[in-house]
Amino acid sequence: MKTPDFSAFNEVLKKAKLRLLKMHLESGIGHIGGNLSSLDAILFLHMQVMEKEDLFILSKGHSAGALYVTLWADGQLSDDDLVQFHKDNTNLPGHPVGGWHPGIRFSTGSLGHGLGLAAGVGMARHLQKNNAPVYCLMSDGEWNEGSNWEAALFIAHHNLHRVTLLIDRNDLQGFGRTGEVANMEPFGDKFRAFGFEVLSIDGHDPRELHRAVTQQSGLPKVIIMRTVKGHGVSFMEDKMEWHYLPLTKEQYRLAVDEVERA
Amino acid sequence: MRNAVCQALVALSHRRRFAFLTGDLGFMALEPLRDAMGELFINAGVAEQNMVSVAAGMASEGLPAWIYSIAPFAYARPFEQIRNDVCSHRLNVKIVGNGGGYAYGSMGATHHALEDYGAMLCLPHMRAYVPAFGPDVAPIVDKMADSPLPGYLRLGRCEKPAGFDLPPYAGWRKIVSGSGPVIAAIGPIAGGFIGKLAAMDGKMRPALWAVTELPLEHNSPPAAFLADVKKSGALHVVEEHVAHGGLGEALSRVLALAGGIPPRFGHFHAKGYLSGRLGSQQFHRKECGIDADAVLGVIMQA
Repeated sequence: MKTPDFSAFNEVLKKAKLRLLKMHLESGIGHIGGNLSSLDAILFLHMQVMEKEDLFILSKGHSAGALYVTLWADGQLSDDDLVQFHKDNTNLPGHPVGGWHPGIRFSTGSLGHGLGLAAGVGMARHLQKNNAPVYCLMSDGEWNEGSNWEAALFIAHHNLHRVTLLIDRNDLQGFGRTGEVANMEPFGDKFRAFGFEVLSIDGHDPRELHRAVTQQSGLPKVIIMRTVKGHGVSFMEDKMEWHYLPLTKEQYRLAVDEVERA
Repeated sequence: MRNAVCQALVALSHRRRFAFLTGDLGFMALEPLRDAMGELFINAGVAEQNMVSVAAGMASEGLPAWIYSIAPFAYARPFEQIRNDVCSHRLNVKIVGNGGGYAYGSMGATHHALEDYGAMLCLPHMRAYVPAFGPDVAPIVDKMADSPLPGYLRLGRCEKPAGFDLPPYAGWRKIVSGSGPVIAAIGPIAGGFIGKLAAMDGKMRPALWAVTELPLEHNSPPAAFLADVKKSGALHVVEEHVAHGGLGEALSRVLALAGGIPPRFGHFHAKGYLSGRLGSQQFHRKECGIDADAVLGVIMQA
């Protein structure tokens, strides 16, 4: 595992956030809110934690922009790649398509698939004596999907400790707050009851992310990241509409000003 | 065919490394495979969506994975996992569905598989295998294992009359020769015709062809079959599968594109539950008019 450099990370995060905003302005598409709630974790994992054989699975495929901009910040995608976001004849659609880039193994977007895939990779690595970890980033609303509970049962039963789930707990889903649509509390206790190690952290604090990811108990791990949808752009924060809305040029200017001043 | 697939996979496990996942089924059938495979045999529980995703994840790590359940639980319940996780990534996952067509009989409609290979063949890279007879299973399993593509194996009950000698396995085989109308049957339903045809006069007797692999783009009708159809001018397709997505549609398309639709073409296929009542496999075949007596009654009068 890499040794983290927190001050350098904060600079890269700012740069990535600005690039993400630009991508969304240029493409005229939504999903920026959930990208901003998960960008910190995706970027931190890739740049400060993961080694070559480690695998990241973006189960909440609608945060594709955050993944693309992370791969860009890590030098795995170019500016020329990013301008293709959401365009015709692109490898960078609104939800990732797997197979064309080593950092994007699976196509995701339909919720409730990533964790089962992570379980399969974890099981294969167990059988093949490969200790490289598998990180699966999920949304909180995604836990409405029954397939995730099947996967959680499987991971806990087989003690697939190479698998770490990170849940972007921004409390907002497609058409309501998670507590109003299908209350999942006590959320952490559900995973403890399955047999997971459960850590609850501030998903925008890289030190807490690092502590949670590196803590080893020999059990499969769930990191519930308290996050803010639209994090870092005050007029977007904790607002459901930023799951959908594209940015106007004026909103983009305001967002950039705020991120640059932060 | 469950025992045949178990034996074939046991033999395969001695030659190749792969994982086998069952959806909590296989009692009195898969124990030898469990014993042979050790930790590579995984009971994934009654959780078919996860079983398919796990298989896809394993295959993505270079470990081919076979999954097993009663047919509708294997292809219908986890359809999106097969579509997104397996087929879109072109992964080496094989799906074994036991009880094709009405094979589960009076166990109920939830256990029937009437649209399985049609649904599977809509998906990219997928191949479907429908053994007609018990001895077909071993060569089919080997063929599936040799392919890196997703595959679906529909198992049924072998209906070959005792003592009847089969020709060597092939995706298209002439099972019974005759100068009458041509029957193309897919899967075990072909076996029910053999005894009936043997009792018929050679000049009137239909030729029986068994088809076991789809899509036809990768298992083209052989010249001898096309010659039989041309000579007799009559082709009848028989399958325990709904018309949509079945062999009848596929074969008529192939023949139409080749400009060779015969003057007489019949399609005998599953029609669901016409009376709304349930019964044995034979009950449903009769109700749909796809059992050998019903089919021969129609085509020999035409």
